[in-house]
Amino acid sequence: MTVTQGPAPVRSLRLVSTLSVAGAVMGLALVSVHRATEPAILAHQERVLQAAIREVLGQPARFETLYVVAGGLSASPPTEPGSGERVHLGFDAQDRPLGFAIAAAEPGFQDQVRLLFGFDPSSGRLLGMKVLESKETPGLGDKIEKDAAFVGQFVGARAPLLGVKPGRGSGEDPREVDLITGATISSRTVVSIINKALERLGPALESYAAEGGP
Amino acid sequence: MKATSPQQDLLRGIWRENPVLIQMLGLCPALAVTNSVKNSLAMGLATCFVLCGSSVLVSLCRRLIPHEVRISTYILIIATFVSVADMSLAALAPEVHKQLGAFIALIVVNCMILGRQEAFASKRPVGRALLDALGTGGGFVIAIVAMGVVRELLGSGSLLGVPVLGPDFEPWIVMILPPGGFLTLGFLLLALNARAARRERRQLATREGATSAALPSALAAGAARGDARGDARGDAAAREGAR
Amino acid sequence: MSDLLWILLSAMVINNFTLALFLGLCPFMGVSGRVSTALRMGLANIFVLVITSICAWFLNTYVLPSAPYLRIICFIVVIASLVQIVEMAIKKLSPLLFQQLGIYLPLITTNCAILGLAIFQTNRGYGFVEGLAFALGAGLGLTLALVLMASIREDAELAPVPRVARGMALVLIIAGSLSLAFMGFAGLGSPT
Repeated sequence: MTVTQGPAPVRSLRLVSTLSVAGAVMGLALVSVHRATEPAILAHQERVLQAAIREVLGQPARFETLYVVAGGLSASPPTEPGSGERVHLGFDAQDRPLGFAIAAAEPGFQDQVRLLFGFDPSSGRLLGMKVLESKETPGLGDKIEKDAAFVGQFVGARAPLLGVKPGRGSGEDPREVDLITGATISSRTVVSIINKALERLGPALESYAAEGGP
Repeated sequence: MKATSPQQDLLRGIWRENPVLIQMLGLCPALAVTNSVKNSLAMGLATCFVLCGSSVLVSLCRRLIPHEVRISTYILIIATFVSVADMSLAALAPEVHKQLGAFIALIVVNCMILGRQEAFASKRPVGRALLDALGTGGGFVIAIVAMGVVRELLGSGSLLGVPVLGPDFEPWIVMILPPGGFLTLGFLLLALNARAARRERRQLATREGATSAALPSALAAGAARGDARGDARGDAAAREGAR
Repeated sequence: MSDLLWILLSAMVINNFTLALFLGLCPFMGVSGRVSTALRMGLANIFVLVITSICAWFLNTYVLPSAPYLRIICFIVVIASLVQIVEMAIKKLSPLLFQQLGIYLPLITTNCAILGLAIFQTNRGYGFVEGLAFALGAGLGLTLALVLMASIREDAELAPVPRVARGMALVLIIAGSLSLAFMGFAGLGSPT
């Protein structure tokens, strides 16, 4: 097989141009596919979030989205991009505020655990908890989302939560949450996520509720 | 280069040169996402899509890609198809996408795909490249779905989410955990080895009956010793007999 | 337990890259019964993993926020170039080291562990130092798994293994047992 070799600069030019053309064409293809799929992906994420919000707030009639800005909550999105942490305020049929739905995440045993929980600042109690994302061990850690008894404990629990081993709690303290045997780390993570989020956002939520809204 | 027929191109990837069971390529996804049949199917189809798409593209452009940068270009093409598959899966089947997670992106480094481009698609016309890709992809899907069936059945008592073993079955959780992946594939290979050994013995036995007295004793001695050379001879004899 | 220590221990033994996350299986399966080879392979991997972590952090912070869908392409291109550069650098700086490590370096490009590290680091949102702890833990875990497998295979060569189990079947069953054993590390600590 005869190999025709042009002078060295022309050869490298061909190599570089091939790679650049390939890169450009591939980049273009990716941008188009991204444009085509983005609406569907975002729509699905919104649907899931809204269903979760309804679940943790006990089926509110409607809810508003509020943005966490320095020192408090505001109804308008922040001007700087990337700092858009949101909470959702739910209202019942008589338009009375039910509580806030807050999303938070933390590393669990295997990977990040992300959950949504409902909180009523006037009574200091939780309204519900739903795990949004978790890669915990199947059959053990994943009980934090599949075990109805565990999830049900969070309805009406008082903040700040106390995670206790089953059978060791006093049974009287409304702050107590029974951890799951065999999934101690995963269930402790859930408690920790909620406590830390409330520590961080508590003052802002309470002041917003005290002012009576916008 | 040996000329192969279209049927050979299509069929060899499915069984004889199965990428997972014989060539031991693409093990990362084969072990990681096979804890349920649905995930295995989704991963298999995604990999098949990437394999076919990139094989076709590489074959179409095979005369345009200079030899020195071929691997980089193949990787660029494969990475693009993987990104497309990732985004499409997120849009069309978000729950499956969440389950497969990072392993969709890891299709890029699946040695099987790059291997097919290098060995085949870059040297053949589009039609043959597509057949080869379909065959290899099909073999991959069959292998990982087989593993998924075993792992989901024993580890969750269900198939495709439908409980089939009844409420009294205590699932072997270990099967859907990482050790289960290794052990399932290991025992699958064990079963295939046993089947191949049995077929070899049968081939030797038929030859023994058909040929003269001197030959069988030598063959029998080789089989009894069970050494590698005897195996190779027996294997060659089996292939000769099959042709 | 501190965050960084948890990240390191978690990547090294609790969620070992090879035995729990199934990354880096090609060298793991292919490693012969030579502990010295396995050790060198592991060290080469640690080196590439740490550098990849830094590059991934750089890309995530400065380049990719505007185009997240280009992530896979960017990572793989960077990894391929990185391995090329590392190989050339080692060749020039230490021919002796190159002679010992040399053949393993190109194989590292298609090692799922490298790309896997970049992707996991991105998904978990690790910063610079956390990424380094992650890479170090992952590399040490990989090396540990490789060395264990190599030493077991060294002994297995002298054992009366049944014919049907020889070869890859035995390697996978050994790997399964190792993976089961490593599950015991689950009680080592917790992230909080």
